[in-house]
Amino acid sequence: MNDNSRRNFLKLTGGTVGAAMLPFLKVLPAQAQSSGTLVVVSGQTINSLDLHRTGTNRASYQVAVNCYDRLVSFGTKEAPGGGLSYDYSVIEPELAESWTISDDGLTMTFQIKSDATFWDGRKVTAADVKWSFDRAVSAGGFPTVQMRAGGLERPDQFEAVDEETFVITLDRPSKLTLPDLAVPVPFIINSEVAMANATEDDPWAMEYLHTTPAGSGAFKVARWEQGQQLVYERNDAWVGGPLPSMERVIVREVPSPATRRALLERGDVQMSFNIPNRDAAELSDMAGIDVYSTPIENCIHCLCPNFAFEPFQDANVRRALAYAIPYEAIFQTAAYGRGVPMWGGEDEITDVAWPRPSPFATNLERARELMAASNYASGFEVPLSISLGLADWMEPTALLMQEAFAEIGIITEIERIPGANWRTAALVEKSLPLHLENFGGWLNTPDYYFFWAYKEGHLFNSSNYRNEEIEQLVDDTLHMAMDNPAYAPNVMRMFEIAFEDLPRIPLWQPALNVAMNGADGYEFWFHRQLDVRPLSTTST
Amino acid sequence: MSPRSKMILGRVAQAIPVVMGVVVISFLLTRALPGDPAAYFAGPAADEASIAEIREALGLDKSLFQQFFFYVGDLVRGDLGTSLTTGQTVTSDLAARLPASLELTLVALLLSCAIAIPLGVLAATRPGTWVDHLCRVLVTAGVSMPTFFTGIALIYVFYYIAGLAPSPLGRLDFIYLSPQHVTGFYLIDAALAGDLETWIAALKQLILPATTLALFTLAPIARMTRAAMLSALSADFIRTARAAGLGSRKILYGYAFRNALLPVVTTLGMVFSFTLGANVLVEKVFAWPGIGSYAVEALVVSDYAAVQGFVLAMALLFVVLNLIIDIAYALIDPRIGLK
Repeated sequence: MNDNSRRNFLKLTGGTVGAAMLPFLKVLPAQAQSSGTLVVVSGQTINSLDLHRTGTNRASYQVAVNCYDRLVSFGTKEAPGGGLSYDYSVIEPELAESWTISDDGLTMTFQIKSDATFWDGRKVTAADVKWSFDRAVSAGGFPTVQMRAGGLERPDQFEAVDEETFVITLDRPSKLTLPDLAVPVPFIINSEVAMANATEDDPWAMEYLHTTPAGSGAFKVARWEQGQQLVYERNDAWVGGPLPSMERVIVREVPSPATRRALLERGDVQMSFNIPNRDAAELSDMAGIDVYSTPIENCIHCLCPNFAFEPFQDANVRRALAYAIPYEAIFQTAAYGRGVPMWGGEDEITDVAWPRPSPFATNLERARELMAASNYASGFEVPLSISLGLADWMEPTALLMQEAFAEIGIITEIERIPGANWRTAALVEKSLPLHLENFGGWLNTPDYYFFWAYKEGHLFNSSNYRNEEIEQLVDDTLHMAMDNPAYAPNVMRMFEIAFEDLPRIPLWQPALNVAMNGADGYEFWFHRQLDVRPLSTTST
Repeated sequence: MSPRSKMILGRVAQAIPVVMGVVVISFLLTRALPGDPAAYFAGPAADEASIAEIREALGLDKSLFQQFFFYVGDLVRGDLGTSLTTGQTVTSDLAARLPASLELTLVALLLSCAIAIPLGVLAATRPGTWVDHLCRVLVTAGVSMPTFFTGIALIYVFYYIAGLAPSPLGRLDFIYLSPQHVTGFYLIDAALAGDLETWIAALKQLILPATTLALFTLAPIARMTRAAMLSALSADFIRTARAAGLGSRKILYGYAFRNALLPVVTTLGMVFSFTLGANVLVEKVFAWPGIGSYAVEALVVSDYAAVQGFVLAMALLFVVLNLIIDIAYALIDPRIGLK
């Protein structure tokens, strides 16, 4: 993609001169729309076209979604807050035609679609699936961790029985395995192309696939200029789902939110992805612009009191914090009311809905009583840490909390930590006495959330919380089928303990905001990246 | 060997210890940054084992001395390493982004000089008149408005309201393809390719960001021109020239201006160097893929290779810039020797 000449680009895109070429010649954006091009602006930068590579950032996951196929995908449902959303409860075929799971739940057999081909025209075989899965579990880092969450740990678990039959053998049955096959990580690569470009030092062709995807997905990458734009071009032979209506989608990187907003309002771009809450609130009142604010599933913005800090070992102090927080003011100031409140819920837990509002609400009287009853009646001082990388919501939240906590004798000083240090300090060393945190789980079950955020030593348990019963409950429930009679009681018990012990005080469930001007078909995904496949333009 | 090429060689030789010092200091400073790149790049759900794997892959598990040894070894081979933020080699990042910043900065400075120098000269020859006041107002307004504000204001007026300016989408609108890479300067590359359409498109994209930067850099240049002209005009040799009955044009441009140019060139060199590094905000507002935003992004996530590459590139650039300024001195003022 380094050769920028127009002639080579024409060669590269093949003989599709005509309507498909128009947008790159001298035409106006309005005409470009009608000829099947959609322009999206985003503030994030894509740093690799290969999700498995070390250092690939979140924004790059969209390439795995749009350019590669998985065996299975999730269904689609109406989203709260408008638009569409993926549906965790429905698993649909993508490259797999069908699949069977043995009665003991240990063997999964997939039949691959016989008409599925890679971009170079070669048939997709079970050997390609095997190679791609081997790669994901061997690459190390994030892909390997995510595969492990579904019980996929070693290459010997995967077998290509014949050209179209692929078998996974599990060590234990788990409800997470099938959904884990639908996340972006286990995408299927054209293994012959990859192996032809592998070297002894680089057996998984990381360097080659980093800049040159080789897949079977709905879109190919026509052009990638890092830091500027990514141009998707439709693969007309795609069999993984309904053929996208757009022939070309251009994702342009524009760092300044003000500039992105101006471009969208003027209609020069059709979509602005992941816009700030404030812009979402203001744009939603404008005619002609559609704003979708989808609450992010299994994600909660929390205040975390760290058990390693002595005053927070006192349950009364933690409860006092939960009563002192000015929830509504924070929700309106930091989130502009976008998202779902996570306070003032029912005392009694009768279902397994998650995220769920905590039973706490702002009540300064109650907070003062609890402080008086604690061992720290005279108050104490503690730093309240926030990440500068997430300052857009953390800063106003922390300022309002600082004011409220002073009312109950807890004097806080706001400590702003640079983005690069945040992970180390908050999650790896778990050394921040009081901080804000925003974990969201990809696999949408409460026990999965608890696994990461409430079990001792796990990455997002930044409060150093340990509860024997939670440890046991999570271990018991994590792989248990959701229709198992023990599932609901176990999960409800976890909720009870979580609200009793309060290692994480829920604030609100954040929303992912997307604004569109002349585009349609947006679908929210748990990975919070743009799926360009269902997008279309609306005639103006 | 001519004295001039001897002087140039001498200056280049002098630069070698400077560059070596920069290599050591940039290495140590990046390592002194708090933060753990391995933990950052391990991704959203990494555990300790995968962080350790990444640390090993990045060579960060080695001792500082060993890391430095590897770094210098790579440097000698011309390998600046790979940036984690962009996923590209630092060499290719710099090759793509440095010309973008240079093009923007140079166009802005040309624009700025074209306004500031005549304005400064006029203000100096007519102190206290409306030209002088206009100069003062423009200069004050230019420095007192932060560049991101000027940038957004210009976008608002000329793009959003009036619709005159093209979409602020970086160096080229998405309907154009970048010209074949020769120098990396789109204006030059498009001209070389004989592609007038792309040339005009690239120029249009440049106008707003270059104006923003030019407004900001007007002040030092105009003030310095005015001050230097004032002191030159009150010098004895000007009085002598006037007494000898030379034409006012000859006095102004032949004697006063030429003498006033030296401090102006010095200021220009300084303005150029700080604009190149400091136009991050303009780059962000106009989605300009330049070197400033690259360095800041890299710094925020402790992307060692990218930061070191940036510092080294800037150091080399300044060595060249100083050389050019010294040569310019010698051309302007024959009294300054070439030794």
